[in-house]
Amino acid sequence: MSETESTTSEAGELSRRPGRERGRDDGKFGRYGGQYVPEALMPAIEELTDAYERYVLGNEDGFMDEFRERLADFGGRPIPLQRADRLSERYDTDVFLKREDLLHGGAHKLNNALGQVLLAKYMGKERIIAETGAGQHGTATAMAAAHLDMPCEIYMGERDINRQRPNVFRMKLNGAEVNPVTAGRGTLKEAISETMRDWATTVENTHYVIGSIVGPHPFPVMVRDFQAVISEEMREQSLERTGALPTDVVACAGGGSNTMGSFAAFVDDDEVALHAVEAGGSTLEVDEEAGVAPNSASLYTGEEGVLHGARTKLLQDSDGQIMESHSISSGLDYAGVGPELAYLVDEGRVNPVAVDDDAALEGFHRLSSTEGIIPALETAHAFGFLEEHHEDLGERVIVNVSGRGDKDLDAAIEETDKRDIDEAPDMSMFTGGI
Amino acid sequence: MSERTAETETGNSAAIAEAFADGPAYVPYLAVGDPSYEASLEYVRALDRGGADVIELGLPFSEPIAEGSTIQGALVRSLDAGMTPDRFFAFAEEVDVDAPLVCMTYYNLIYQYGTEAGEAGSASEANGAAASETGPRAFVERAAAAGIEGLVVPDLPAEEADPLREACDEFGLDLVFIVAPTTVGDRLDRIMGRVSGYVYVQARLGTTGARDDVSDQTTESLDRLAEYDVPKAVGFGISAGEHAERIVSGGADGIIVGSALIDIVAEGVEGDLPTAEVADRLEALSRELKEGAERGYAARIGAAESR
Repeated sequence: MSETESTTSEAGELSRRPGRERGRDDGKFGRYGGQYVPEALMPAIEELTDAYERYVLGNEDGFMDEFRERLADFGGRPIPLQRADRLSERYDTDVFLKREDLLHGGAHKLNNALGQVLLAKYMGKERIIAETGAGQHGTATAMAAAHLDMPCEIYMGERDINRQRPNVFRMKLNGAEVNPVTAGRGTLKEAISETMRDWATTVENTHYVIGSIVGPHPFPVMVRDFQAVISEEMREQSLERTGALPTDVVACAGGGSNTMGSFAAFVDDDEVALHAVEAGGSTLEVDEEAGVAPNSASLYTGEEGVLHGARTKLLQDSDGQIMESHSISSGLDYAGVGPELAYLVDEGRVNPVAVDDDAALEGFHRLSSTEGIIPALETAHAFGFLEEHHEDLGERVIVNVSGRGDKDLDAAIEETDKRDIDEAPDMSMFTGGI
Repeated sequence: MSERTAETETGNSAAIAEAFADGPAYVPYLAVGDPSYEASLEYVRALDRGGADVIELGLPFSEPIAEGSTIQGALVRSLDAGMTPDRFFAFAEEVDVDAPLVCMTYYNLIYQYGTEAGEAGSASEANGAAASETGPRAFVERAAAAGIEGLVVPDLPAEEADPLREACDEFGLDLVFIVAPTTVGDRLDRIMGRVSGYVYVQARLGTTGARDDVSDQTTESLDRLAEYDVPKAVGFGISAGEHAERIVSGGADGIIVGSALIDIVAEGVEGDLPTAEVADRLEALSRELKEGAERGYAARIGAAESR
């Protein structure tokens, strides 16, 4: 069925297929999703839902046309689908790379940030707020806000600010204010809570640009629809290049925006296997006493619960308190995951896999040394998966290179030092020099 | 929506209905276990001595998105000191105060309660099947056994509340909803169709926190709610007797005070003050607030009679 349909597969057609319709009307993905927010936020959520339906789904005032035009001119889309020759040889299968690391800003994050800041403009909002963990969503939002001339404030955990100083500087260069969040452990989930608090007092003139397919409806569907351009292009490029759909699509998964972006156009194509690669951290074991899960594998190991406005799969203790997650890549370091992915995993449509810190770091070095692409540590998890599971995959595999690794060089040096990795360069003679 | 079999005209709990029956209700809030289980026993008893008509007890959740920094700080102190739902219920059983108790917490704790075999409130779940199911029933059953008369769940919208509403009706608890200045039309109807005990009228936009002024948004909210019978308790930003007086004279049936009380607890922590001294200050502020509310009520009745 997909063969005949796919020859006419305009993005517009794809966006009306059953998989993409899911969640658009009521924000529910089976038992997941919903709008678990304080009453004071409800009017903002309802206003946003109305704007999503009119501008994003209905293309009112040519919103989607302007969005696509700006993604092309400012963002640099379409993004190439590149054959990875060395990896193809290594795994004896065709490996293609979707090069989202080439999107302006160096990661897929701009697709969503640009869409939401533009939407805020159409809604007549005067101020943008956003949370950020690793700083990738914050920098993308700050870029989009500068591009569209909107005042912007970013909430970021104090600990993340210390880990990601260059990204803090980038946000400030683009004119954004960066507000440190000191509560809790000072990472992403505290920053999300703090941004929601700001929104609760400022809903009338402010739009909250959430960074992933998480949060209350309409955020999960709206962010997916903005990120779906990744898989819409993948699909068209695969058909053009190989005359067929891919057999497998692989993407790393934290909150899940690059994941659903890579999967959205393929959800209805049952012959395409979808692999969501989560951060297995140091171990999948959980320290219940300390409230710590040394991983971020909420799809793979999490339990159903309610966090940040949605019912989804979570890392939580038996009381329902949210666990501190961990990953070598701060962008995957989140205790929840998008409700749509939780649903697709339960349905058996998406295959959740956990790749630990070691395998991810090896993937980081392998892609860097063999293909000349330094991936983000988040993305590196997808290459760890490829190494471990290539024998289970079909003959045309697309891996989403969700971001580039420049931001991670300090962490990569530090983590590499602790391990013995074949492909890794020896930096010991340069100690203290970088 | 489920059919309610209310014991009173406005809810399930006779004690809560009584608290609002004659004169204005003073409804203080504290986070249980802040800064320790033992200290907060004394603090909650001090609120009772200071004239509390209903006491809201906060059960801390790790991600309290509706709270401002003051209450968030209290919840973090309580969690750090080891508070859990079961210790919370033990507290409710031990505290022994006159005022009816209402539990304020976030939905995930209610939803998860009793899901793991061998965990949590085993006595009341010995009959079992419900113990392995997620859902609000096990929590409400345990809360009822601990003497809790009502629940406030700030991240649970009316649209998702039917399972909890049914469980509350089954075990005789009230379910209090928050109404914001921006809550109008269908949303207001949906909430008012499910609320019981009292409605928590949020005085202004934003999260919790003590402020000096009392907003015009309060008066507008009270006007909008005038047609509903359920008592209206106004919260957010009340920190002194004169605020309480103004709000009650403006038509509120009760006042909810959290952050101003928690400021006292926090000062006690920072200054390492003796528990008894902090308790005395909580009792004194409670008296001031209660007296303010009563002055406001007298002024309102007086104005009505002289008309």
